[in-house]
Amino acid sequence: MIYRSLFPRDIYSEFDRLQRDLQQAFDASPSIRGFGRGGYPALNVGGTAQSVEIYAFAPGLDPEKIDVNIDRGVLTIEGERASVLPTDEKSAVHINERFAGRFRRVVSLPDDADPSAVSAEYRDGVLHLSIRRRESALPRRIEIK
Amino acid sequence: MTQTANKPDEGRRDAVLPPVDVIEDATGITLFADLPGVAKEQLNLRVEADTLTIEGEVGLTTPEGLQASHAEVQVPRYRRVFTLSKELDAGKIAAEMNHGVLKLRIPKAEHAQPRKVQIRVS
Repeated sequence: MIYRSLFPRDIYSEFDRLQRDLQQAFDASPSIRGFGRGGYPALNVGGTAQSVEIYAFAPGLDPEKIDVNIDRGVLTIEGERASVLPTDEKSAVHINERFAGRFRRVVSLPDDADPSAVSAEYRDGVLHLSIRRRESALPRRIEIK
Repeated sequence: MTQTANKPDEGRRDAVLPPVDVIEDATGITLFADLPGVAKEQLNLRVEADTLTIEGEVGLTTPEGLQASHAEVQVPRYRRVFTLSKELDAGKIAAEMNHGVLKLRIPKAEHAQPRKVQIRVS
């Protein structure tokens, strides 16, 4: 590719490209909604026998303005984070890595998750959602008479 | 303010590099760092000589028997190190934590504040 050799000394952009290439090569389940990693908010998902637990690492939000919806087994977390960058011309921005703007992340829930039994808590910038599994789906021992 | 690589003795425990915004105005520098999951008590801010270290432990309440199926945050610790420049007054750093965002205000020393030089014409 000709454009790569045009600026051969920009080693940082080369690293950046390498990282993206590697990410694409190793991400086991590239989703149609974008890469699984590196988005805002970062998501950790897990479960116990009784519940599905989702942790969204979403610092700096007003809890009133986080929208969580479950529609036909798809959980959506959306909202907006305001920018802290100054608008006046007297300030200089040296580093700008933090996310700002509207975000939306989607998780498809397992079939036994009960959308009517969800608890949500926002603490220290982490949104913790706990969704109970349906009673009928819990493992049960069957008595033999 | 420049960034330095973590010192070898600090690199023993894995940590995530938190994203930051750094803004400078006439009287000082404001730094914002995303540290979701870090309570105020779990935040460790240190200034040694001209090195500022931001470190925080993630404390999540997890139910018993939790098995992770997808994890984008895999290390429960953040660390980032900056080198402060001489004109910054490290003794007067003010810090506040709000919903997992750390805000640091590092003022410039009095003598380093901008001063307009009057030119006299005789």
